[in-house]
Amino acid sequence: MPSIEKPPIQHPGLRRNSLGLTIHDYEGSMSTLCAGCGHDSVTAAIVHALWEMETPPHRIAKLSGIGCSAKTTAYFARGAHGFNTAHGRMATIATGAAAANRDLLYIGISGDGDSLSIGLGHLAHLIRRNVRMVYIIENNGVYGLTKGQFSPSADVGSTTKRGDPNQVPPIDPMSLGLSLGATFLARGFSGDKRQLVPIIKAAAAHRGLALIDVISPCVTFNDHEGSTKSYLFTRHHDTTATESDFVPPAPEIVASIPVEGVVSVTMHDGSVLRVRSVPDDYDPTDREGVAEHLRRAHAAGDVVTGLLYIDESSADLHEMHDTTDQPLRDIPFSQLCPGSAVLAGFGVR
Amino acid sequence: MVLERLAPETAHRGKSRVVDLAIKLANVNGTGSSSANNLLMQAFFRMGLPVSGKNLFPSNIQGLPTWYEIRVNGSGHTARVSQFDLMVAMNAQTHAQDIREVRAGGYVVWDSTWPLDQSAMRSDVSYLGMPVAQMCNEAFRSPRARTLMRNIVSCGAVVALLAIDLDIVSNLLAEKFAGKDTLRESNQHALMLGYEYARQHFDCPLPCHVHVMDGNAGAILIDGNTTAALGFLYAGATVAAWYPITPSTSLMDAFTQLCRRYRRDPETGRNSYLILQAEDELASIGIVIGASWNGARAFTSTSGPGISLMNELIGLAYYTETPVVIVDVQRAGPSTGMPTRTQQGDILTCAYASHGDTKHILLFPGDPAECFDFAVRSFDLAERFQTPVMMLSDVDIGMNDWVIPQLTWDDARVPDRGRVLGAKELEKRIEAYDRYANPDSDHVVARTLPGVDPKGAYFARGSGHNEHGGYTETPEEYLEVVDRLASKHAAAAMRVPDPQIESRGARVALVTVGSCGPAVREAIELLDAQGLPLDYMRIRAFPFSPAVQDFLDDHDTCFVVEQNRDAQLRSLLVLETAVPKDRLRSVLAYGGTPLSAGEVVDGVRAQMET
Ligand SMILES: Cc1ncc(C[n+]2csc(CCOP(=O)(O)OP(=O)(O)O)c2C)c(N)n1
Ligand code: SF4
Ligand SMILES: [Mg+2]
Repeated sequence: MPSIEKPPIQHPGLRRNSLGLTIHDYEGSMSTLCAGCGHDSVTAAIVHALWEMETPPHRIAKLSGIGCSAKTTAYFARGAHGFNTAHGRMATIATGAAAANRDLLYIGISGDGDSLSIGLGHLAHLIRRNVRMVYIIENNGVYGLTKGQFSPSADVGSTTKRGDPNQVPPIDPMSLGLSLGATFLARGFSGDKRQLVPIIKAAAAHRGLALIDVISPCVTFNDHEGSTKSYLFTRHHDTTATESDFVPPAPEIVASIPVEGVVSVTMHDGSVLRVRSVPDDYDPTDREGVAEHLRRAHAAGDVVTGLLYIDESSADLHEMHDTTDQPLRDIPFSQLCPGSAVLAGFGVR
Repeated sequence: MVLERLAPETAHRGKSRVVDLAIKLANVNGTGSSSANNLLMQAFFRMGLPVSGKNLFPSNIQGLPTWYEIRVNGSGHTARVSQFDLMVAMNAQTHAQDIREVRAGGYVVWDSTWPLDQSAMRSDVSYLGMPVAQMCNEAFRSPRARTLMRNIVSCGAVVALLAIDLDIVSNLLAEKFAGKDTLRESNQHALMLGYEYARQHFDCPLPCHVHVMDGNAGAILIDGNTTAALGFLYAGATVAAWYPITPSTSLMDAFTQLCRRYRRDPETGRNSYLILQAEDELASIGIVIGASWNGARAFTSTSGPGISLMNELIGLAYYTETPVVIVDVQRAGPSTGMPTRTQQGDILTCAYASHGDTKHILLFPGDPAECFDFAVRSFDLAERFQTPVMMLSDVDIGMNDWVIPQLTWDDARVPDRGRVLGAKELEKRIEAYDRYANPDSDHVVARTLPGVDPKGAYFARGSGHNEHGGYTETPEEYLEVVDRLASKHAAAAMRVPDPQIESRGARVALVTVGSCGPAVREAIELLDAQGLPLDYMRIRAFPFSPAVQDFLDDHDTCFVVEQNRDAQLRSLLVLETAVPKDRLRSVLAYGGTPLSAGEVVDGVRAQMET
């Protein structure tokens, strides 16, 4: 992500997608985050994924709460509407937005404080309602914007910059998601764009809520020795559960060759997600098995990354409510108002 | 003088042929008394008599005392009264208290299966004992029927005592139990048991009885939560979010039923609505903001505690200029307060809900007819001014049945969706779109909706922003936006409902709001009869329209009648109009029961005489 302003003229050799847009067209305003902040790398991955997905920018709606992470929504897709809401409440506003128009791509960006502390209740219910959207937690173990207090994702024993250890157990959004019936769970690392981009693309094609926990170090308040959310710690303890390859909907039918150890999931829009398990026995469709794997890895101090769990068969918010295919906000008034004759029938007389 | 000792509204009773009757039915919650109460209400209504029913119920599912008060008044005064002509005292727990509320010369119907507590006896009322429980035990076999039918048996006695048209009551039973013959028959049997018993044992009808009138032509009987739900249906609301709370729950229940009926495609079974029972009120308002930002008409309904929780996001909607509609069916606070009792205690908290400088548009319906009308208008105002609109109803309007003119709808009516730039306008646009620049004469700037056109994109934020929508901490840029918001709120004064004014050129006036209207208008008649002419104004919205200021200017003294301890409407008038503070006096009643004319008369006289 640019942290110094770019000249307005685009390089003529820059590649264009089928909409004729270059990667710069998916960028936003200049980042005001600290140099080296993990959140800017997440932005770069989002920009890359959106450009590759060839989503018209105005068909995206960006939402966030409050925090350094929440500012990220301003730094990508300048052609999209954005809503920087209130601390912890983005999930509710996204739910309402998705209710009104089922046809847009909703991207919510949150922080570990925003989602796991003040907004934990809303996140839980967003998962239960399976609202179709991409929900990214830029997880740095601290409250960046309020200057480095522990967040609920801080591990026991992880220390502040001054050396004070955290004593209360962390909330892991992935384990939480598994227990609440989440239908898409993935963990990435801001330092690994190669892994993150296909995950974001798959998340955007998912039928319901896609929750992505991205370890995104805070260089200013939580990148020291003793932190378990630093660049160094994450690099050393990252264990990959799966590697994902995202194949967009193909115009012609391609025979898919089954590969051993690869799970192919056909996504809602017809695209195919190929997930290769790194430990041979890892099954991203087995809720109990994944939960057990995460428990064991956590006990061993490992950070498991990759597409962790997927269920493409459960109904999303709109399917549960049997709403019309036409977005609610587009239904003409004449179809919504029952008219004078009906009204005359109300009340006891 | 006599007027001061007797409850004033009873003093003029019985002087003319005009029917004026108040009865109260005392029961135990959860014993099925509401169907008998409704039966009587509807019978009076069908006889063409102006009538009102006030349900005083506990925050409880079973076992606590519950009362139903019916007032029938040929002149159309249907506010609550505090003294009753007839008490149907079916709850032994509350006999003493209930019998105290009977006017001198009134009557008590009681269940003589058991002896009456002698301490409750009064020499100035007549006791009409009827062995209701015993009669039911003999007539019905199932324990459930034996309990439920007691209400219908006593209802039968009331029908005979008050000369209520028996055919009308029987027809109501037939309509209610259409297709359920056994139920209809047992109810009719119970009704006749009580009816015949009363005819044989008491002097029927009592001197205070009713006769057919023609007072309800073109009228219906309905509660305000149902009419508000209808209003939202007719306004084209497609998204609603709520968290259960008395007394607003029945509003969303009604909206849900209406949507199932009128918003489900009969062929495909697909719905043109989405109602979410949220995890809390923070989520309810968040969902409404998201849906409105995205172009749907969305609302939430709640009560005081929910408003408290919504405060932060109400400020977000205000500052990002997102239309939202909130109904607050007010109940007695603070805190959990008395959830089933009425009050007007949220006026100030709603007027300025949220932190920082915030001011909102409030609508104050006075009856179920205005609940319908204002529900429809709330969306037009919210979208025209791109701001939260709160409709403040209360337990009395929302949950009690009122006689109102039949609801009407103009099929040519189109909603005012406010200024929104559509695809066509955006496509041909050359200059960049600025979310908060170039306001119209109402100080409103056209908005754009997500997903329509790349040229319409902007970034909405609750943080400081300039007229382009960009982040700012620069004083001038910040002021430009917040000052426009203040002007916008002021401009809304020209478009909100005007006050209801009844003027006879008096120097002193009663000013009131919401459900207090009927009691205050009756009080004006009573005080006039005592030689004190008064003008009347019922405020229907905030910001106050110029007519409010003019009315205050035209009177030396205004008594502001409202149902809260802290004189909230009076405070708002002092803050938001130029009226000198000492010209406004207060008459306050906030014990949780619907207002009676007697309370108003007493309150005014006490201050006039000092
Ligand atoms: C209601 C409310 N309480 C407190 C705050 C102050 N606040 C702003 S951001 C933040 C924490 C952000 O932490 P996180 O979500 O982890 O984001 P990060 O800055 O680490 O990316 C807090 C407590 C606020 N904006 N609103
Ligand atoms: S304080 Fe931390 S989280 Fe915030 S911008 Fe700086 S590095 Fe990023
Ligand atoms: Mg954080």
